[in-house]
Amino acid sequence: MDPLHQFQINSLFQIVLGGYDVSFTNSAFFMVVAVAAIYALLVMGVANKSMVPGRLQSLAEMFYEFVANLVRDNAGHDAKPYFPFVFSIFMFVLIGNMIGMIPFTFTFTSHIIVTFALAATVFVFVTILALMKHGLHFFSFFMPHGAPVALAPILIPIEVISYVMRPVSLSIRLFANMMAGHTMLKVFAGFTVMMISGMGALGFVTGLVPLAINVALTGFEFLVAFLQAYVFSILTCLYIRDALELH
Amino acid sequence: MPNLLAKGRLARWSGVAGASLVTLTTMAGTVLAAAAEHAPDAAHGGEHASGGLPQLNPANFPTQIFWLALTFGVLYYLMSKKALPRVAEVLEARQERISRDLAKAAQLKEEAEAILARVEKSLAGARSEAQGVIATASAEIEANNQARQAQLNADISERLRSAEASIAAAKDQALANIRTASTDIVRDITGRLAGVEVDQAQADAAVAAVLEERRG
Repeated sequence: MDPLHQFQINSLFQIVLGGYDVSFTNSAFFMVVAVAAIYALLVMGVANKSMVPGRLQSLAEMFYEFVANLVRDNAGHDAKPYFPFVFSIFMFVLIGNMIGMIPFTFTFTSHIIVTFALAATVFVFVTILALMKHGLHFFSFFMPHGAPVALAPILIPIEVISYVMRPVSLSIRLFANMMAGHTMLKVFAGFTVMMISGMGALGFVTGLVPLAINVALTGFEFLVAFLQAYVFSILTCLYIRDALELH
Repeated sequence: MPNLLAKGRLARWSGVAGASLVTLTTMAGTVLAAAAEHAPDAAHGGEHASGGLPQLNPANFPTQIFWLALTFGVLYYLMSKKALPRVAEVLEARQERISRDLAKAAQLKEEAEAILARVEKSLAGARSEAQGVIATASAEIEANNQARQAQLNADISERLRSAEASIAAAKDQALANIRTASTDIVRDITGRLAGVEVDQAQADAAVAAVLEERRG
């Protein structure tokens, strides 16, 4: 009945590495499933290399072109080498979110540590990229063009904080959306169960109301699952553009 | 997007991505080791943490970071080295095929137009040739007709002349016969009526004179 029970991490296989508990858990299991599913879709999809694509191949090509356009439109033409990175991020988050929509699965994107690690990967990647591309000139990024020098003591800390906060906002956005959505689904499902157990025959009728809400929420959650993956990758693209162009 | 996966640059940037993952994992590991030390109880199962959010239980952090780094690293490797180049290949092959087919279609159209022009040209040639043949034939026929007409006219006039000649000859013959007969009759009559034997030449001269008189 606990709506937060679904976020419980359960160890399936105990592993301790260098003093850390890195057990194979339900979360790890669905990460492996997601990677396997993405790989299967893309490799099996285009295995035939048909001129006229079938269903699976259309899907694989659709994902490819969708992310390719995303990268081109938001990160610019110079960002082509980072396409596989953005593609991996998008597919990992999207498939992770979508797997979570299947009952009795685990949504690994609903854990802040996972989204934060992903966002931090993006942050580190983008920062290294900017440093490699522009060297020390990168730090001019924190002083907006044309701003009066007198304002520098105020502006620079603000810019630095907003830059450092990027992985925080990026990770919390995804984590909070996924957790809130799944909790809501569970809460409304719980209402139906409570009504049935508490009101008897009448509960079967009144219980339909939260059930109907849950149906609507499920549809909405599919939208959120896609949208959050999209937002995550579009922001990654924008950060890459910042790193490449510095403004 | 052709050339999206230019090999050299991709290899370089997969290095950057890998480096960021490793950096991150190390960073997080250090932070979490400290966290785990401060919460040693939480490291053993969810029962202790069941009151709060499972997401905020630091005991679960190392495993999630470890498996995320592992799975995401594998995903990135598989996508950049295996899956995406294949999709790119398929898309490029299709693009190439389409542009090749379009070029071929344009070329065939050009060829068809050239053939059409040739056909029209030869058709026009044939038409003008036919007209020439017709003109020659009709001129020949015309000439033939005229020749035959002339031949016919000549024939007719020839026959007319010969007919006239034969008529004149017959007339002369008849006249000569009449004269001879008249001379004979004159000699016979004068012999019977007057008993005078007129000689041939005399009678002939007399008949000729009379005939001359009549004719005039």
